[in-house]
Amino acid sequence: MTIKSTGEPKKLRVTGAEAIMLSLIHEGVDTIFGYPGGAIMPAYDALMNYSDQLRHILTRHEQGAIHAAQGYARVTGRVGVCMATSGPGATNLITGIADAQIDSTPLVCITGQVAAGLLGTDAFQETDVIGISMPVTKWNYLITKAQEIPEIMAQAIYIARTGRPGPVLIDIAKNAQFGELDFEYHKCVRMRSYVPEPRISLDNLKAAAALINKAKKPYVLAGQGIILGGAEKEFLQFVEKSGIPVAWTILGACALPKDHPLNVGMLGMHGNYSTNLKTNECDLLIGVGMRFDDRVTGDVARYARQAKVIHLEIDKAEINKVIPADVPIHGDVKDTLPLLTKLIEKRAHESWLREFKEIDRIEYDKVIRHDLFPSKPGLTMGEVINVINEKTKGEAIAVTDVGQHQMFASRYFHFKNPRSFVTSGGLGTMGFGLPAAHGAKIGAPDKQVILFVGDGGFQMTIQELGTINQTQAAVKIVLLNNKYLGMVRQWQQLFFDKRYSETYLLNPDFIKVAEGFGIKGKKVLERHQLNSAIQEMLDFQGPYLLEVSIEKEDNVFPMVPTGASVSEVILEPKQ
Amino acid sequence: MSDGKKLNGSNGDGKQTFTISAFSENHIGLLNRITIIFTRRQVNIESLTVSGSALPGIHKFTIVVHDTPEKVEKVVRQIEKLVEVLKAFSHTEDEVIHQEIALYKVPTKALVEGDIIEQTIREHHARILEVRPEYTVIELTGHKEETQALFDVLNNYGLLQFTRSGRIAVTKSSKELFTSYLQEAGDNTVEYA
Repeated sequence: MTIKSTGEPKKLRVTGAEAIMLSLIHEGVDTIFGYPGGAIMPAYDALMNYSDQLRHILTRHEQGAIHAAQGYARVTGRVGVCMATSGPGATNLITGIADAQIDSTPLVCITGQVAAGLLGTDAFQETDVIGISMPVTKWNYLITKAQEIPEIMAQAIYIARTGRPGPVLIDIAKNAQFGELDFEYHKCVRMRSYVPEPRISLDNLKAAAALINKAKKPYVLAGQGIILGGAEKEFLQFVEKSGIPVAWTILGACALPKDHPLNVGMLGMHGNYSTNLKTNECDLLIGVGMRFDDRVTGDVARYARQAKVIHLEIDKAEINKVIPADVPIHGDVKDTLPLLTKLIEKRAHESWLREFKEIDRIEYDKVIRHDLFPSKPGLTMGEVINVINEKTKGEAIAVTDVGQHQMFASRYFHFKNPRSFVTSGGLGTMGFGLPAAHGAKIGAPDKQVILFVGDGGFQMTIQELGTINQTQAAVKIVLLNNKYLGMVRQWQQLFFDKRYSETYLLNPDFIKVAEGFGIKGKKVLERHQLNSAIQEMLDFQGPYLLEVSIEKEDNVFPMVPTGASVSEVILEPKQ
Repeated sequence: MSDGKKLNGSNGDGKQTFTISAFSENHIGLLNRITIIFTRRQVNIESLTVSGSALPGIHKFTIVVHDTPEKVEKVVRQIEKLVEVLKAFSHTEDEVIHQEIALYKVPTKALVEGDIIEQTIREHHARILEVRPEYTVIELTGHKEETQALFDVLNNYGLLQFTRSGRIAVTKSSKELFTSYLQEAGDNTVEYA
């Protein structure tokens, strides 16, 4: 029996478990990442009846399922769906839920729960996942009756994808999965307690335009809100009319193509030199869909004190949270940017832009040149990324894990298209990369998906090689192996007198591990092997592991040390 | 100045007393969602009262905190961000009329022997709810300072039990801000296509 999502709603006598599947189908969901177990078994049984409409991807761990759903959501813009059983299955989702919450990723997580009559009795595999996930979900709900399922699923999807997106967890007691109901599906369109589209203040837009029109050194900070709102075009129009230089947060990468003349680079702790320095020289700071994270601001007390601040943001709780806004513009940037663009005058800020370029030369000389075209024998992460750039020409999707390679990838990878960079920004979740890259490839099968991962993070979710082997999703894994937890080691070198406490890793033979999982691989030890090895990886018609042996003690610069001001950004270790 | 200080409850540390009111759907677990926000921000809840509001199906949380205006404002926005919260407000001490209730259980013998009943009840504007040979129950409504003053008196007479409620409050503005908001929000909790 199949129900097409486009058909008229029909009343059907079904089980709660079937109602879960039908609800997902009605919402246009076609992919579920998950792992079965006792309390979710009725749902898994029903899934078999809908396998022609719902593709289920069996991961090797629930954390692998949720990170894959995140990767899928980030590249498609759709709601990622994952499913797990009660107790340990549900708790294994928590890291991914927290990651999705802080990075605003729309997810619906479905967990099984013990039967309603057993709730609170410490039944087998019972965990209060509603309580545990409450601080890290946008919304969650425990379903104890089958009849609740269609309406709650409709609310879950609505809440996850609207406003500032985020993860929703729906915990479904086993009796509700077994119970029967008359199924009829209607999408949720409004909740009176939740206003995802705020009313836009025209007065504030006018005030913002006045500030922009008279600013001499205006500066735009682009965040993920632009991408989440699908407002890349609106942003481009705003930027090109205003002529304002644009720097981006790590999640705002690809809000503007990297080679756009007004794109001056990345913000924050390991962002560019000019972007940090100019923050404390601009006269107007315009945050667009970003939240002034501490990795962006450095010391808040010494952050852009000289500048007026305009903050365009959909989440009211973010406005004035960290940096007070002289003019807040509460709303979806997809709606507010075009209104603002209409009110501003066409400008070019050539000499101001030139100031960035002049500082860029210093960074190129001191840092970038050595990262991308090293003269010393050891391979660098930057040169690997650079060779991949030359071959993929901005058309690939980059996924990263967390650490030094993540910073190198965000600094050097060439982003051209929207939604072509997937990384764990706010939570910094090691182990995110491999499953997220898998989910990204499932979501964007026609794109070259390249994972940059370190030897530490790779081993945190390495079991997902098994999932990748099962789906044969052609993820290209670039393992940048420096035999260290590199970012922690860098901090130990710079701030802890080179006391390398527990950062050296005795690693396995990764190529053999991959081979054991049925995945082809190759190891590069010398520079002259790099070009052809990367070509071979890109040409291979399936998943592939390219391990590159990286110089052990390389560091990421520039750097804004913890507690320092953005204007104290350094280009090399202090002597 | 001392009067002013008392009025806004400030002790010169930038902190003052605020009454937060939040209006929500009547759903399981919402109290937990709200208190998590205070925990994360390390704001202590001085008192908390939850009850049905004037509007059917809508619950009102009245929460008293003592902190800086900036922090309280951030907490209020986080509360309002919760999916099931319709609206949240914060009020300074001079913006609300508020009241607490206290119950005192005192040995009747001690009260009689002390010969303080009439004077105490008159002075504090208290009420006697119950008299038994073993004990008397006295009720007082008022601000915390007032219920505390009576506590200090009765504590000398072998107070058996004492309990004080959280604060309830109404705003001094003639119309509740929330009522006009709800007129726009409508009666339907959730609407489906």
